[in-house]
Amino acid sequence: MSELLLELFSEEIPAGMQARAGEYLQRLVCDGLKAAGIDFGEARNFAGPRRLTLVVDGLPDKSPDVSDERKGPRVGAPDKAIEGFLRGAGLKSVDEAEVVTDEKKGDFYVARIEKKGRATSDVIAELVPAAIRQFPWAKSQRWGAGRLRWVRPLHSILCVLGGRTVAFDVDGIASGNETRGHRFMAPGAFGVKDFADYEEKLRKAHVILDGRERQKIILKGARAAAKKASLELVEDDALLAEAAGLVERPVVLMGTFDEAFLDVPPEVIITAIRKHQKCFSLRQPSSPSPLTGEGRGGGDPVKTRGGESGLSAKLPPTPDPSPPGGGGALANRFILVSNLIAQDGGKAITQGNERVVRARLSDAKFFWDQDRKVKLEDRLPELEGIIFHEKLGTQAERVERLKGLARELAPIVGADPDKAERAAQLCKADLVTDMVGEFPDLQGLMGKYYALDQGEDASVAAAIEEHYRPQGPNDAVPKDPVSIAVALADKLDILVGFWAIDEKPTGSKDPYALRRAALGVIRIVLENELRFPLLQTAHIIYPRHKELVILAVGGQMVIREKIEAIFSEAGKSPEEIVDGDVETFIHTEYWAVVGLLRVFLIERLKVYLRDRGTRHDLIDAVISDDSDDLLMIVSRVEALGKFLGTDDGANLLAGVKRAANILRIEEKKEKRSFTGEVDPELFEQDEEKALAKAIGEAARAAEAAVEKEDFEAAMAAMAKLRSPVDAFFDNVTVNADDPKLRENRLKLLNRIREATLSVADFSKIGG
Amino acid sequence: MAKAQTAPLRPDKSFQDLILVLQQYWASLGCVLLQPYDMEVGAGTFHPATALRALGPRPWNAAYVQPSRRPADGRYGENPNRLQHYYQYQVILKPSPPDIQDLYLNSLYAIGIDPKNHDIRFVEDDWESPTLGAWGLGWEVWCDGMEVSQFTYFQQVGGFDCDPVSGELTYGLERLAMYCQGADNVFDLNFNGGEGAKRVTYADVFLQAEQEYSRYNFEYADTDRLLTHFRDAEAECRALLEAGDRGEGKRHECVLPAYDQCIKASHIFNLLDARGVISVTERQAYILRVRDLTKACCTAWLRTQAGGAP
Repeated sequence: MSELLLELFSEEIPAGMQARAGEYLQRLVCDGLKAAGIDFGEARNFAGPRRLTLVVDGLPDKSPDVSDERKGPRVGAPDKAIEGFLRGAGLKSVDEAEVVTDEKKGDFYVARIEKKGRATSDVIAELVPAAIRQFPWAKSQRWGAGRLRWVRPLHSILCVLGGRTVAFDVDGIASGNETRGHRFMAPGAFGVKDFADYEEKLRKAHVILDGRERQKIILKGARAAAKKASLELVEDDALLAEAAGLVERPVVLMGTFDEAFLDVPPEVIITAIRKHQKCFSLRQPSSPSPLTGEGRGGGDPVKTRGGESGLSAKLPPTPDPSPPGGGGALANRFILVSNLIAQDGGKAITQGNERVVRARLSDAKFFWDQDRKVKLEDRLPELEGIIFHEKLGTQAERVERLKGLARELAPIVGADPDKAERAAQLCKADLVTDMVGEFPDLQGLMGKYYALDQGEDASVAAAIEEHYRPQGPNDAVPKDPVSIAVALADKLDILVGFWAIDEKPTGSKDPYALRRAALGVIRIVLENELRFPLLQTAHIIYPRHKELVILAVGGQMVIREKIEAIFSEAGKSPEEIVDGDVETFIHTEYWAVVGLLRVFLIERLKVYLRDRGTRHDLIDAVISDDSDDLLMIVSRVEALGKFLGTDDGANLLAGVKRAANILRIEEKKEKRSFTGEVDPELFEQDEEKALAKAIGEAARAAEAAVEKEDFEAAMAAMAKLRSPVDAFFDNVTVNADDPKLRENRLKLLNRIREATLSVADFSKIGG
Repeated sequence: MAKAQTAPLRPDKSFQDLILVLQQYWASLGCVLLQPYDMEVGAGTFHPATALRALGPRPWNAAYVQPSRRPADGRYGENPNRLQHYYQYQVILKPSPPDIQDLYLNSLYAIGIDPKNHDIRFVEDDWESPTLGAWGLGWEVWCDGMEVSQFTYFQQVGGFDCDPVSGELTYGLERLAMYCQGADNVFDLNFNGGEGAKRVTYADVFLQAEQEYSRYNFEYADTDRLLTHFRDAEAECRALLEAGDRGEGKRHECVLPAYDQCIKASHIFNLLDARGVISVTERQAYILRVRDLTKACCTAWLRTQAGGAP
């Protein structure tokens, strides 16, 4: 059993691509080994700035021999058939085939193909070049005069199997057993015999192979340095991963900046030194936190376009650097990670970084000071220059709609309409500030700071920040009613707008993050326990969104043309068009859009609930064609789930299903339905009378309970049906000989089905 | 007559010495040392020695200083880091040699950056020029956290594949000089290396220009006239390309003058952009118009001798 060690040594690989590239390399090589029939033990991959490494244990010297039997045509078959068989089986003449006798079919040819196992090194020598050529980099390049593509120029390939070099060549790069150490501290080449030797020699040559180990070194070093200065590290996993991808030998250093910069909001400082300098911030040890909540960052769909798939290289959107438990005020220190054990102990490196951080913070402070000289409302005219979407107008037009929407939504969510409108008016103004221009991640947050600075109401300021929320499934939803009003206005405006212009998400494509907006609406409504019937709300926001629909259709002129076309098709003259026709047209368009949007939101609700472990069939059972109240759907599902967990619930479900089955069979047989009143005169048995009475009572009680939105009580009312239903099925023959009797009994079964419908459609419930 | 003595160069004390060291270094490696292109460009890449020479099969190694104009970056001389006119040092190596990273690092050592004490890093930075229809992959090079160069492997220019691939190195000279001299404000840079009364600073040379051009760029430039100039340059470019076209299979005879008009249109667009008269949607349209010109020039270039035509 041998070990394979493979290293692809190149110029600097983007940090964000490394981890997945290591995985891809492992998958490509291991899949190739499997396809060649070669078993192996453990495989591990490592990735860093200049190398992708793979080690595979337990490889045999050769792949196993394989024998294959291929049946051919019968003896005496046409020449063509025999030729084809020989060609397919790789035989030279028919003499090489065996003749087998079959009692039924007679004699026919069989080819026995013995495939000798191949040396593992031969397999690898073919496999690795192929893997390199088909490597799925999201972006790759050529270099020099060569044809090969790699993420950056590929310099050497180390490929050692069981201590011996596996020889091959990829576009002039010959494989070997040598690699190099740290670019600056140990640039020389050296040979290796196996993975243990490789890892050890690299370590001596100042290269920490394993990215996870580099991360650990950085984190440990940063925490220790912070502790030594009686400070705390602002931890940031994405930054840690990136920093570890930028160095082969991490060295943690600490820098200082002028305390005067601490006047700038902490998030700005953290973002400035994180984004441009890849440095960590530090803060005073835990005490009441000045840092606000969680999860912020790039919210407007126009800015979040183009999520890449495959190997993406960018740092993910700013995660929240503030800790869950809060922390102290930011300190005027930062942690930098260098790639060098410097002779001067890092003095020059620290000084250099301090100078750059100073320049960055000077810029940030300049923006902070300049931005505050202009009131947010005075920036609104500039929003006219920002196109939100070609067909949906400018940010200024959006703000006008949001103002109206937020005001109209305010009473529904219990917010002060004036505050909601004011927050909506100012919520996009920070997009044209210098700070947000430099750090788009800070949109919303800066708006809040500038609003507070100009003396806006606290909930107005909070709403400016929070209206982008929730950004994702783990981001907090706004709780303040003013924030809720603006957040819902923002999301509904986006959703109705994109539905009106028919740019819905399809498959994996959702460039405007509309699914996220829908999930945002759902979570805001559910987590705040809001009564927010979608259709009723659509009715309320119609006056505002009417304009959006006009815009989306293409303006009044286009509408006029469309109506003219409708009129001319109906043989009417355009002169007969009155204002009411235009209104009707817009109204119809709007409701068509709202209808589709309702379906989408319900679909997203199902996905949301399913992700949280709710049974799919229970959701379907309580949703009807006009369900539009998200909170009610959830309450019903919960009550139903609970009820079905009880003995009564499970038995009633069985009874209702039995009734429905019988009905379905009989309805099919007679091609009619058994709806209509049950005739009490036709009851012959006590069980029939009891059931009819119980259905009447249960239906009335359940409806009254549903009316009061007390779904538990509705379920309890239904529970009373269980024993009369059971008794009915135990003692009454539905398919009686007397057709009148039979029809009446079937109608009674139908009544069971109908009565339960007010609670849930039991036929959709599984098991 | 006293024999002129050449003093050792001090890139840590003098802006011009920094340039001279780079000139010497790249000359010693066989690069053609060019002088700046005599037109307003946004970056050294626009110089035909890069933009056009990157296309076609012929090897080409050149280095030059290129004054670069970014009208929107003007700050009236009040910002310590931003200028509307600054210098780039541009190196193009075609085909990119296998040891290009080492060649580049040696140039940093030549200007006095000691790799034993400074942290030099290649940090991903893909490059794209919408107006040139060009893109490449590479890095920004950091020295102690400061971006000192851009390093790009050209993949396409004018929509054509670069074959062979050129390696482009662009040093931001002011920033690099600030680093070498330990200056926090670009205007404090010692330009000539003189001390006392003989010291000439960057402010002495360029402060007034920064102020005046900022006024011009943001306030005085006549936008109607600029729009006319843009259209004129566009029309002239097309006319020249047409005039120089001797037909299918024949060499093109007038690419470089046409490309000049393309450079002109690009700079006028930058001025209009700085004046804030171009809306977001128009912006895209203008960029596309310039790119169409570049593409037409590149198409014609490939039919010239230097572009590798038979």
